Amino acid sequence: MSDLGTTLPRTTPPIPGGRRRRVAAQTRIELLLTLRRGESVLLTFAIPVLLLGFFSKVDILPTGADPIGFLFPGILALAVMSTAMVSLAIATGFERQLGVLKRLGVTPLRRGELLAAKTLAIVLIEILQVLILTAEAYLLGWRPHDPAVLALIGAMLLGTVAFAGLGLLMAGVLPALTTLAAANGLYLVLLLLGGMIVPLAKLPAPLRALSRALPAGALSDACRGALTLGTVPTHAWIVLACWAVLAPIIAAATFRWE
Amino acid sequence: MSAIEVDGLVVRYGKLTAVNRASFHADLGTVVALLGPNGAGKTSTVETLEGFRRPAAGSVRVLGLDPVADRALLAPRIGVMLQEGGVYPGIRPLEMLRLYAAFFPNPDDPEALLDRVGLTHRRTSTWRQLSGGEQQRLALALALIGRPEVAFLDEPTAGIDVSGRQLIRQIVRDLATAGVAVLLTTHDLEEAEKVADRVVIIDHGHVVVEGTPTELMTSTGSEEIRFGAPPGLDTAALGKVLTAPVDELTAGEYRVSAPPTPNNVAALTAWLAERDLPLADLRAGRQRLEDIFLALTDITGEHRAITVDDPAVDDVPGESTAGDRRRTRDRRAGQRRRRGDGPASGNGRPDRPDRGAA
Repeated sequence: MSDLGTTLPRTTPPIPGGRRRRVAAQTRIELLLTLRRGESVLLTFAIPVLLLGFFSKVDILPTGADPIGFLFPGILALAVMSTAMVSLAIATGFERQLGVLKRLGVTPLRRGELLAAKTLAIVLIEILQVLILTAEAYLLGWRPHDPAVLALIGAMLLGTVAFAGLGLLMAGVLPALTTLAAANGLYLVLLLLGGMIVPLAKLPAPLRALSRALPAGALSDACRGALTLGTVPTHAWIVLACWAVLAPIIAAATFRWE
Repeated sequence: MSAIEVDGLVVRYGKLTAVNRASFHADLGTVVALLGPNGAGKTSTVETLEGFRRPAAGSVRVLGLDPVADRALLAPRIGVMLQEGGVYPGIRPLEMLRLYAAFFPNPDDPEALLDRVGLTHRRTSTWRQLSGGEQQRLALALALIGRPEVAFLDEPTAGIDVSGRQLIRQIVRDLATAGVAVLLTTHDLEEAEKVADRVVIIDHGHVVVEGTPTELMTSTGSEEIRFGAPPGLDTAALGKVLTAPVDELTAGEYRVSAPPTPNNVAALTAWLAERDLPLADLRAGRQRLEDIFLALTDITGEHRAITVDDPAVDDVPGESTAGDRRRTRDRRAGQRRRRGDGPASGNGRPDRPDRGAA
């Protein structure tokens, strides 16, 4: 086999920029396919925009004197949850079931590179969500008061890791359709119990304690703290950090590629 | 060293043994067909070579590398076509090819490849809008985009129409001409006969027999006559006339264990004529691959010509003598393909003897 002039050299040398090229191509496809899926655009863009617009104008939620000031941080948390958990879980669940991940496994794209591409795509979509939602909030009369921007970004990144871990946990174990149902169900539960549009203070005490221990409640608290108090509460950091460590570890341990 | 080496491979799923001490090899520039009924262990063998599972015993090598341990080195040099799927439902053919092209160091041109598999007119459709045959064509193109040295094609023509079948066979032949080692699985005998340089028949995880289609058809067919006639003939009476055992293999399909001499054939037809019985077909000497296949595997469920679990496997007619012939021929063929190049053992490993049908 040392005789094949038409093919590659025997030991393929690492191509400079090969890793970056692979990750860039995969990220581009992840973005393209996410934005092409109608249900994904509905979930990650339309619903947060509609919820923010509707409840800041229609005063039926106990959001206090400053509805938009309460809602905007909660909707940012919702945006993170919808992209990093629901959208990722559904897409990955079907990719696993349809053999897409298996097929990628025999290309030169490494697992770490696939993970990097998925992470990059999620972060880029979140940036787009934040830009759109911030513009909308501004139009609705929201004004920043000395926001802790770095803390906000840090909390959203931690939340992204935690939710992505939960999403991959579902996608890696359950059949695709079950993942779809579970992710959407969890989305609805956490929307109501996560302090996103309903203040945690309005929940019964045991439920409130539970909510604060969940990543949704912690991320809402963190976003609201960063935007209204200029600081993220310590308990929110702790809860987010725990989920951000545990969920991906469990997901990695249980993920079945086929 | 062969491009693909399978040596005493055992694959187990829990208690089930899917592949049991299978050995065969494939050289660069040849097409090897892994032929067997469903559940024979074809896919398990191929997926072990692709690195999806580890052997329970024995070893596999692709281009001298371990598919699992050397994945990073091997992935750029192999092309894979899974039995189904593997593509994003919402992606367009050219987008998928460009994505894969970006993974490989020296890829083929996506547009040219799309044209070669006859999908240019479907470039704006998404995967889920393609027909089954079109999806197969794209899957084949994805296996070739990286200009592989070794291609694994798992049932490449399953569920595809006649023109698609011919196109895929042509592409497979072209790959071999270009020096690629192709291992394909099929349960389509005609396909193995038409496209493969060598056929490895596998059943219940065992390699039952191996050789070129011509060798298989002549070596095991020389000492018998096969014919089709109404079911339920008095085989004992016929056997007395022919002085050789006669078996009804399946209903209406008979085998006379006697050489196909003109005398024997005449005696057979005379016997049928006396009883006014029709002769559906008669095959003497050269058999169709299908006969070999049916004789060596038990897919009819009605008989079992050989029992692969016991030493009788060594008693396949013509096997032991044909083995040596086969080996010599293969080596000669290999040398023809390697003409004008350096020694085959150029990478420091001793050239291993061809295992033949062992």
